[in-house]
Amino acid sequence: MSVGLFIPCYVNAVFPQVGVAAYKLLTFLGQDVVCPEGQTCCGQPMANAGFEDGAVQAAQHFESLFAGCDYVVGPSASCVAFVRGHYGDLLARGGREHFCAAEGRVYDICEYLHDVVRPESLPSIFPHKVSLQNSCHGVRLLHLSSPSERNVPYYNKLRDLLSLVRGCEVVEPERRDECCGFGGMFAVEEHAVSGRMGRDKVRRHMATGAEYITGADSSCLMHQNGIIAREKWPIKTIHIVEILAAGL
Amino acid sequence: MSTKHSVAAGRFLKGDRAVWHDETLWMVRAKRDAMSHSLPEWEQLRDAAAAIKNYSNSHLADLLEEFERNATAAGVHVHWASDAEEFCATVADILEAHGAKHLVKSKSMLAEECGLTPYLEARGIEAAETDLGERILQLMHQRPSHIVLPAIHLRKEEIGDLFRREGMHVDPGNNDQTYLTHAARRDWRHKFLEADAAMTGCNFAVAETGECVVCTNEGNAEMGTSQPKLQITAFGLEKVVPDRRSLGVFTRLLARSATGQPVTTYTAHYRKPRPGGELHFIIVDNGRTDILASPDHVKMLNCLRCGACMNTCPVYRRSGGHSYTYFIPGPVGINLGMLKDPARYSDNVSACSLCHSCQDVCPAKIDLAEQIYKWRQVLDGYGVASAAKKHLSQALEWVIDHPHLFGAAVRNAHLVNSLPHWLMYNRLNEWGKEHDMMHFPHESFSEMWKRGKVMPARTNKENDGEKD
Repeated sequence: MSVGLFIPCYVNAVFPQVGVAAYKLLTFLGQDVVCPEGQTCCGQPMANAGFEDGAVQAAQHFESLFAGCDYVVGPSASCVAFVRGHYGDLLARGGREHFCAAEGRVYDICEYLHDVVRPESLPSIFPHKVSLQNSCHGVRLLHLSSPSERNVPYYNKLRDLLSLVRGCEVVEPERRDECCGFGGMFAVEEHAVSGRMGRDKVRRHMATGAEYITGADSSCLMHQNGIIAREKWPIKTIHIVEILAAGL
Repeated sequence: MSTKHSVAAGRFLKGDRAVWHDETLWMVRAKRDAMSHSLPEWEQLRDAAAAIKNYSNSHLADLLEEFERNATAAGVHVHWASDAEEFCATVADILEAHGAKHLVKSKSMLAEECGLTPYLEARGIEAAETDLGERILQLMHQRPSHIVLPAIHLRKEEIGDLFRREGMHVDPGNNDQTYLTHAARRDWRHKFLEADAAMTGCNFAVAETGECVVCTNEGNAEMGTSQPKLQITAFGLEKVVPDRRSLGVFTRLLARSATGQPVTTYTAHYRKPRPGGELHFIIVDNGRTDILASPDHVKMLNCLRCGACMNTCPVYRRSGGHSYTYFIPGPVGINLGMLKDPARYSDNVSACSLCHSCQDVCPAKIDLAEQIYKWRQVLDGYGVASAAKKHLSQALEWVIDHPHLFGAAVRNAHLVNSLPHWLMYNRLNEWGKEHDMMHFPHESFSEMWKRGKVMPARTNKENDGEKD
């Protein structure tokens, strides 16, 4: 059973260590991982900005790259949510039948580990206090954790996975799943609001006393990282797979 | 690459009330959360509300005619208005037929939508707001910044100053909320006593009984309708619900969603005219049947106008209601504005990070964020898409559609690291206004992969094998 490793564009260009950690983690857990060459971008940046047509070819390319895989797994909740939620429509628009293989097979890596692989232990050690970045699309589209505004019992798949890591203390900020303000083109078009949301978010993470902000979305972390660098604040960001793979 | 909303929001954030505005409305959301979490059946109530609305929207004609029959049988005059002009003219005609010059009105977003007050004033009829927040805004010549808490953007000091300017009996420097509220009550009581007619909006029109249900916290609608013999109650045609059983679902959801109260302080049911009086119901379309005909946006007719989507919206809380160009702000306003006139109100479509929280709080389960996403897709067709954003998206698309170019771009990305500061942080780089630039590594993941540098981990089994 093969798992195609989906490396989103900004993970490829800005956070290659996240891809490396994802690969290590999956292979450690006995998964047969392939990583198709020639991956580009899922098309979400254009679509969210209002140019969905521009994402059709990206969807077709993605669909053919991962055609032979039983699962497609990526370290980015938002990109996965986009593939799952929109590729059927995009491919139909590109002339194909309304059928998208990737849509039903694509998983965020946390979701895949938690729901499919279900490891009972990991040898990882990360002796630090981390604050969870419950990213919007992870929470509200992929159901990685219970949204604070809904009356459903509390759960958090990221917290469950981190409980396997020795020494890792997990906390959540006040307003635990309020948006950090990234939103792709939103961060540029509405930069004042986006920047304020980002600074508010990082401040709440810092108020927990955590050394790291961690989450399933490199995009939210990239946004907060840029703010941390600008403000010279004493907190770091790290993708959750880097913690789960720490020491492998 | 900026919209009217983004510019106005930037101004709002530079002002002194942005933090306070965000915290105040977050507090309202927190109250709503506590109240919704106290009901085990909360999510079932939302499901029921969405199902009832789905039924009502698909049986509108039948339900409205049933409502009309029952109301007429109870002695109410029922009028139909196809648009804002017809609605305003109907109200004016009724008032003029009775020689009424002084109208007291309770809060009505429909009246706001149709421009009723200026219409009546132009005909020499005074329309005095009686909701405290609305009255304050009327005196200040401002529009509401929130649909439930219309004057939430104002501080009590500004209200105290207004009252003193208006010649009300308010001590200098005393801006205590209760004190000011009592002063308003004392000073405006005569408006109720002198009114020739009263007007209310309507939260729910019950087809089964032909009654209009009005929910308020201040009791001003009830106070207004208690003295004059003439009452006019108007509603958008989507307000009709089948029966009292379904009404119960909505009254349980409305106040909990809006302000975090179990129920509004007053819930008035208007069924028939008072002895010797006249009661008029006006059913207004004003574009609603166009919404009904739009499969992508028909759920907007589910809206209860509770404002929960505004309170949870991280963008609304940080940009204030007046940053939006439509009279209703927040997620609901972005969508209703686009349905009203997409070319005119497209500047609000940027005001969304697609966090989807609005959909989770909506008591009638409107897909607000998904609809905003859909509106973004059609902006270009209206010729109102940002040219800069379009070029950026096209460039991105071109690179993405050519994997070799994409690879080359990623390989050379690290050159950005050594760009001179002035080139990196200038007015063209909107990312650089809030953030430091990301650091691009010398090797991308795909290069590492090609060069065999991405190594698998030794599995548990292999490790165990070694030990043996």
